[in-house]
Amino acid sequence: MGSGTAIGRVRGLGSAKHGAHHWWQQRLTAGANLFLMLWLMISVARMPGYDYAAVHLWLQSAWVAVPMALLILSVFYHFRLGLQVVIEDYVHGESRVVTMILLNLFTFTLGGIALFAILKVAFSGAPA
Amino acid sequence: MASRNPARPLSPHLQVYKWGPHMLVSILHRVTGSGMATVGSLLLVWWLAAIASGDQAYATFVDVFTTDTGRLNILGYIIGVGLTLSLFQHMMTGIRHFVLDTGAGYELKRNKMGAIATMVASVALTVVFWLYMGIK
Repeated sequence: MGSGTAIGRVRGLGSAKHGAHHWWQQRLTAGANLFLMLWLMISVARMPGYDYAAVHLWLQSAWVAVPMALLILSVFYHFRLGLQVVIEDYVHGESRVVTMILLNLFTFTLGGIALFAILKVAFSGAPA
Repeated sequence: MASRNPARPLSPHLQVYKWGPHMLVSILHRVTGSGMATVGSLLLVWWLAAIASGDQAYATFVDVFTTDTGRLNILGYIIGVGLTLSLFQHMMTGIRHFVLDTGAGYELKRNKMGAIATMVASVALTVVFWLYMGIK
């Protein structure tokens, strides 16, 4: 600091122009979640049965597997952003860093399992 | 001191603190969101993983929430109704947030009515969902 031109001294300081990023992503995923969760509730309610064969056949359809995968992506991104705000409000200091890392671990582990499960069912042949 | 105008809003203050529906739905939004993000996401992923694993894993999942006759047990009803009510409440307060984000709906009366409407709608949607599940 203290050398160079006036613009050189302030460059890199101040707003990174990402202040609204979290807020905007939360709203975008909220809009997507509204439609995806309504689809899930209606689709689950209209399923012919809830035994293993019926549920497996349901999840195997591309018309279910694709929106379900999109739902996992949008909903998980949304709740990761939401729980971040909750953590920032109630957890302070070092434990906040630990909690935030655990939150990422939780979200990505569960999300990975969910996507794998959906694809496994979708790509498997007709149930035996 | 001038006489107090009762129509003026009260600020949250230690001695002048009045609980209102807007505060209730605000905390409900956070509680339902946190509940679904933890309990809801774990159960959804368990359900999906069970479907992918096979009928034995699926039977283990179903067994936790149903009786031997195949109907929901107490845990099934608590989790089922709890999560659907949480979803619809979070969905309705989420829509309310979209309206408030545009700068609309901050007038005292309208704000209060909107807050109450989210709770009425979430209960109604939950009842409709479970009635449909019950009669089909």
